[in-house]
This record gives sequence, structure tokens and C-alpha cells, in this order.
Amino acid sequence: MFRFLLGRLGLLIPTFLGVTLVAFSFIRLLPGDPLELLAGERGIAPERKAELMRQMGLDLPWWEQYLVYLGKIFQGDLGTSFSSKKPVLDEFLQLFPATVELAVCAILIAVAIGIPLGILAAVKRGSFIDQTVMGTALIGYSMPIFWWGLLLIILFSGILQWTPVSGRISLMYFFPQVTGFMLIDSLLSGEKGAFLSAVRHLILPSIVLATIPLAVIARQTRSAMLEVLGEDYVRTARAKGLPPHRIIGLHALRNALIPVITTIGLQVGVLLAGAILTETIFSWPGIGKWLVDSISRRDYFVVQGGLLLIAGIIMLVNLIVDILYGLVNPRIRHN
Amino acid sequence: MIIRTTLKAALLGASLIAIAATGAQAKTLVYCSEGSPEGFDAALYTSGTTFDASSKAIYNRLVEFKPGTTEVIPGLAESWTVSDDGLEYTFNLRKGVKFHKTDYFTPSRDFNADDVIFSFERQGKKDHSWNAYTEGASWEYFDGMSLPTLIKEIVKVDDNTVKFVLTRQEAPMLANLAMDFASIVSAEYADQLDKAGTKANLNQQPVGTGPFSFVGYQKDAVIRYAANQDYWGGKQPVDNLVFAITPDAAVRLQKLKAGECHVMPYPAPADIAAIKTDPNLQIMEQQGLNVGYLAYNSTQAPFDNPKVRKALNMAINKDAILYAVFQGSGQAATNPIPPTMWSYNTQIKDDAYDPEASKKMLEEAGVKDLSMKVWAMPVQRPYNPNARRMAELIQADFEKVGVKVEIVSYEWGEYLKRSSAKDRDGAVLLGWTGDNGDPDNFLAVLLGCDAVGGSNRAQWCNDEFEALVQKAKVVTDKAERTKLYEQAQVVFKDQAPWATIAHSVVFMPMSKKVSGYVMNPLGGHSFEGVDIAE
Repeated sequence: MFRFLLGRLGLLIPTFLGVTLVAFSFIRLLPGDPLELLAGERGIAPERKAELMRQMGLDLPWWEQYLVYLGKIFQGDLGTSFSSKKPVLDEFLQLFPATVELAVCAILIAVAIGIPLGILAAVKRGSFIDQTVMGTALIGYSMPIFWWGLLLIILFSGILQWTPVSGRISLMYFFPQVTGFMLIDSLLSGEKGAFLSAVRHLILPSIVLATIPLAVIARQTRSAMLEVLGEDYVRTARAKGLPPHRIIGLHALRNALIPVITTIGLQVGVLLAGAILTETIFSWPGIGKWLVDSISRRDYFVVQGGLLLIAGIIMLVNLIVDILYGLVNPRIRHN
Repeated sequence: MIIRTTLKAALLGASLIAIAATGAQAKTLVYCSEGSPEGFDAALYTSGTTFDASSKAIYNRLVEFKPGTTEVIPGLAESWTVSDDGLEYTFNLRKGVKFHKTDYFTPSRDFNADDVIFSFERQGKKDHSWNAYTEGASWEYFDGMSLPTLIKEIVKVDDNTVKFVLTRQEAPMLANLAMDFASIVSAEYADQLDKAGTKANLNQQPVGTGPFSFVGYQKDAVIRYAANQDYWGGKQPVDNLVFAITPDAAVRLQKLKAGECHVMPYPAPADIAAIKTDPNLQIMEQQGLNVGYLAYNSTQAPFDNPKVRKALNMAINKDAILYAVFQGSGQAATNPIPPTMWSYNTQIKDDAYDPEASKKMLEEAGVKDLSMKVWAMPVQRPYNPNARRMAELIQADFEKVGVKVEIVSYEWGEYLKRSSAKDRDGAVLLGWTGDNGDPDNFLAVLLGCDAVGGSNRAQWCNDEFEALVQKAKVVTDKAERTKLYEQAQVVFKDQAPWATIAHSVVFMPMSKKVSGYVMNPLGGHSFEGVDIAE
């Protein structure tokens, strides 16, 4: 196990370097430069532009810029945002908890609903229930997030007034951000009603963000379950006269979960991508919107740093998923 | 450190709001703003969103724009005199003006000449210790308005008198000083930050003299302000001001309807009719101080012939554009400056839409089988909500008079750069939003000879026009300047370097509970004097 971990960590280093190179080149390959964009219609005098380029280190050859950048990364310096003039890491750390909070809630919803639905569809294969679940999953999977989010806002916040329109907590509450996670901070604040307000603000964005992963998990669970239910050992269990819930819950599900866990791991990337739209619709101050704005502003260091941090997190999640395999299924314990 | 300071700011905010809330009628005005400020030191930035959150709420300037107009009125300067040669502007500063007292700064003195000198010299002097106080600091507007070469020196005559000495006459100088970048920051606060080694906080925890003091900012989410109790302009009707950052227009409207905010900017054009019929909402509207245009390259054949340009202008059906692109929130443009700007020449008639006459004029000019490019911007701007659609309509119009059009577009930064090139082909869709309400800010910036190869996209340099605009720059008498600009507009219309397309109308929906809001023709959003009913 230790050697396996070491090997995996060793693999992470070239991957990480690859990501730095991709992030670095990607934003520079896009046409247009930050200074022209910053100047807008007014334009910028060539000499002034040259001076600013020099100040920002953008006048160096690209490979030299990359080496300087790489050197700084290893010192923990991800650069400074052109627009806010603040260190990229500070901005990321300020915004990331909001994204995590939303993503965790979304994945919990997706798992809690997706897996049971998938099992149900598999067990009742070919029935009306199966067809309804799979049909709904297909709709969920193809749902345009922006439209879906707005629809829910208009229905639940506008017409029914059950949930707030957007934001993380009612503006009435104003307390120190200790952890950056609103659910925790609202509890720590001790202010009456704050936690409930934070929960109410989380409902719609979580549902919207959970929609696609939920559909994917439900479909994946169904097909994995179907495969497992046809296996000999399940037939044996049936022949032994075990009650169906034990066969499904103990024998089938445990084996079917392996590909499902992989899917859930992969959904982390989807969640971060989906966060871009969800965060924009719900005015959720997370990293998704921050990154998109930075791309359109060609804020090089924010895009590079943000992509790097996100890639790092996804790599870490995948590592954890790999370890989880072993725990779920002893057959693939890592020796 | 960051966490600690944020915590402190937040705690202060909590206590301020708590104090306000314990009062019998604590009023909080919530503004659903469209985006996040880049920082709070307005001089470093150019975006209106940043100005709303910084200079409009927190700061004052020596002179201000009278609310709802572009007229310059006293601000932190009670009065001023201009020397006969127009090179010296002497400002008499207002006495007893207090900077904000916050958790992170307690002023020991009133506003004085040192603050004025500090506010400008940090922008203009390369060797000033605050010139590069934060990484990548650049003074976009100060440089953009050519102030480094215009201001020779700023002299402290005494504590309450400051003299700006210029290198040349510049009539728009006063209007420049009313712009956001000219906000006055506290020199004493800067000293405190310098000693503490936290200079960057000038951009994160601002201190000004304006109607609201800064309480806290949670990135991309909420900005909080408290009314400045010692404000020289009088007490504010509300106790707290909150900016709830809401980037999506449809969501802003839902929040407004649900009562989660009281005022919102930039509604989607499609929603305006519904807002007007909502019993709980009111909507204010004003013509924007902007112009959207199609600039021919006047140095290249056949567009070097004014007759050809004029003929093409007559082929454009502006009514169709106003209907399809602006959806009613626009007004056809006749002159290169908007009608709300002083010196707008009302005598000038627009070239009538007449495809037949256009065709004939093109024939007379010897233009046959013309193929040209029309450049469509890739972004939405106030003066052009949908350039692609506009280009398609122009394409169809031009086809009717026998001119083939190829629509081209580039990424925005690239578009701006390429469209400036002197040898650029075809005609470019672009526009401009005024900075300071002075006609010079349109006519010289967009059509002056110095701007060829830059912001003069028509690459048009006309001696007569240039002489008029240059003369108007050095004359200080407004009536005389008005005449000169009126004449310049006549030359412009006759020579037709652009097809003037439209000026947009800006809408501002708000709750019916809100009173005292005045729309700013320059496009900013200020909540000074705004009240909200219980």
C-alpha cells in the first residue's frame, strides 16, 4: 500500500508539471492581450504598453517567462492578479470554500438520490419505473444549466417565494468569516436564524449543480447493478434463499459500487466546471466565476494559478478514489 | 494577517450595523450591483463597476459633476480661479472636511492641501514612493487624459489653497478633475500604512471624505458601507448601504422583485416592458452619454471620397437597427456627440435613409461592384448591444445598393488593436462612452489628428475640423467653445468619416420605496441623498 501510494505520488509530479505548461500556454495562445483589453476603446500608447509589459515581465521570451513562473510556484508564489492587484493564492483561498461548500452539497444530493434511483431502475429493469427513472436521468443530463437555474429561481423564489433568489446568506447577517464555509460560520456566529438562512440559500444552487452528476450516477449505478445481478455469485445467493434486500444490499451493491465510485470521482471535475454557470446564476462567490472572468480579461496569473490549483485538487481526489477502491473491494487491494 | 484584518473589518461592520440596527429606524439600502470592484483605489482602474463601489460612494473630488448633469460644481474645493493665460488653476479648499473614522484609521486632522497634492503626485511622479505601491499599479486615466504632460506642478499655496500649473491651455481641465481618478485620498492614512508596511491596504481598506465609509467587502459577494456621520455634504437618509453583487441581469430582476434589493442597474432590454407594468417597481431612464458608430477608413479608396461615405450612410436603415438591435432602448445618432452633451448641434439634419439616392451617388462617384468588410465587435457594449446583428442589418442594407459586405470579427483585445491600424480595411463598428461630459472627450479623442492610428478609427484628419477642435481646447469661455464645437459638427456631418448609428438609453429599475435617486448621464451610480421608505 505504501509503495503504491509512493508510486502514485511520483506520477503526480510530471502530471503537475504538465498542467503548469498547459495552463501557461493555454492562456497565452488565446488572441488578445490583457493590456489592450484593460485599455478598452481608449487604446494604449505603444510606449506605455511596452513599459507595462516590462513591469509585468511579459516582455521576456515565453520559455523564460515559464521558467520564472515555475520557479515562483515552487516558492509558493502564484503571481498577482492584473486586475485586483492581489496575490492569486489569497484570492483563491478566499473564494474556494464557497465552491467546495456548494460542490459537497451537490455531490451529496447526487449520491443520495442517484444511487437509490439507479438500484431501483436496475431491480425493476424494463418496468415503467425503470423507464421513468432513465428518461428523467437523460433529461437531467442534457439540461442546460443556465436555463434550469433561472427556471427554478423564477418558480421557487419568484412565484412561490420559498427560497431566496441568490447569494450565500441573508444580508441581515454579517459576521466574521472564520472558515469561509457559510454553514459552519453561521453556526459559529451564534446569530439566531443565520444557519437556517445559509441552508435556504444553498438549496437551489445545490440542486442545479447536482442535476448532471445525479443523472450520471443514476445511469452508472443502474448499468453496474445490472451487470452484477447477472453474475454467478448473485445467482448462488438467490439459490441459497437469501432475501432480495440482502442480495442487493450486500452482494450486488458492494461490487457495483466500484465503477460508481470512479464516476463520482470524475464528477468532481464536472462539478467545478458546472460551478461556473451555477455560481454566475446564483451570485455565488466561488472560483468558477472568478476563473471565467479572468480568462475574458486575460488575467494570466489568475488563470494559470487557478487552473493549477483546481488540477491539483482533481488529482488529489482521483488519488483518494484509487485508495477507496481497495477499501471497497479487497480483490483490487494494492500490493 | 489577512484573516485578522478581514476579521477586524467584519467585526467593525457587525458593530456598526448593530449600532444602526438598534436605532429606531435603521435604514439599509441594497443595490444589486452587476459585478465586483477590482479594488477601492479608483485611480488605478477604468471600469464603472469599480468606480461605483469606490469613488462614488467613498470619495470626493475637488470639483464634482452636479447630480444628473455634466456641469462642474464645487466639491472639496469651495471655489477656484483660472489665470488669464489659462495655465494656472487655484483651488480654495473647503474647511472642516473630515476623513472617515474607521476601525483601521482615525484621522487626526481635517482634509487639507497635502491630501490633494498626495492624491495627484502619486499618479504623476514616477519617483513618488506611492507610484508603484501595489504590484502592477498603473494610473490608467491619469495617463489616458494626458495629465503627466499637462500638469507642470501642483503647488501648496497654504493649507487650504492649491494651485495646479499647466504646461498648456486645456479647457476640459476642470471636467477632468471631476472624474473618478481624481478622487482625493488621505495623505495621513497613506503615511500610517507606509509606517505599518501595509501600503497595499490603500486599495483594500479605503478612507475617503465621501457620503459613505467602507465597512467590509466579501469578494464577489457583498460590499458594506455605513453612512458617514460627519459628511460635509450633510447626513445621508439611509444608515447603511449594501452592494449585493449579482452578475446576471435576470437574477438581479428577480432579487428586485423579491425585495432582496432595492435598486439594480442594466436590466435586460426584453424585461423593460414587464418592469414598467410591475406595481411595486419604478423605472428611470436617461439617454446614455455615448455613441455607436461605423467608421470608414478615410485614407483608403473608395472611402477616401466623402461622397462615397455619405452615400453609404444613406443606405443604412437606422430605424430597423433601433428596432432589432436596441429593442427600443436607443435613439438614432446624427452627430458624433450625444444630444445630452452641451454644444450638441440641433440644426444638423441626419442623412435620410434613401437607398435609391445612395445608389445614384455611388454611381456618380464611380463606385462599381464594391466589396468591403464590416467589422463586428465580439462583445456587448452600452452603445451597441449586438454588433453582429447590427453588421448583418448593414450588410443587407449595403447589398441593396450593390455593395457586397463581408462581416469580420476578432477577439475583443485583438479587435481593438487591429481596428486602430492605419491600413485597416473596410469599416469598423465601435463606439464610445463619455468620461467627463466635455465635447473634447468625443471630438478630439475620436476624430482628432493626434488620434489617427489610435482611437480615431476613421483615420480621419481634417484640417478645418482639427483647427476648430484645437481652438476649443484652449478657449475657456463656454459660449465660444460651444460655437466652435457646433461648427466642428457641421464639418463632421459634411465629411461623414463615420455613419453615426445610435445613442443608447440607459434604464434603472428600482423599488417604489426608493426616492431621491438621480441618474448620472456619465453612467455611474451614486447613492448620495437616496432614501428608502419603511
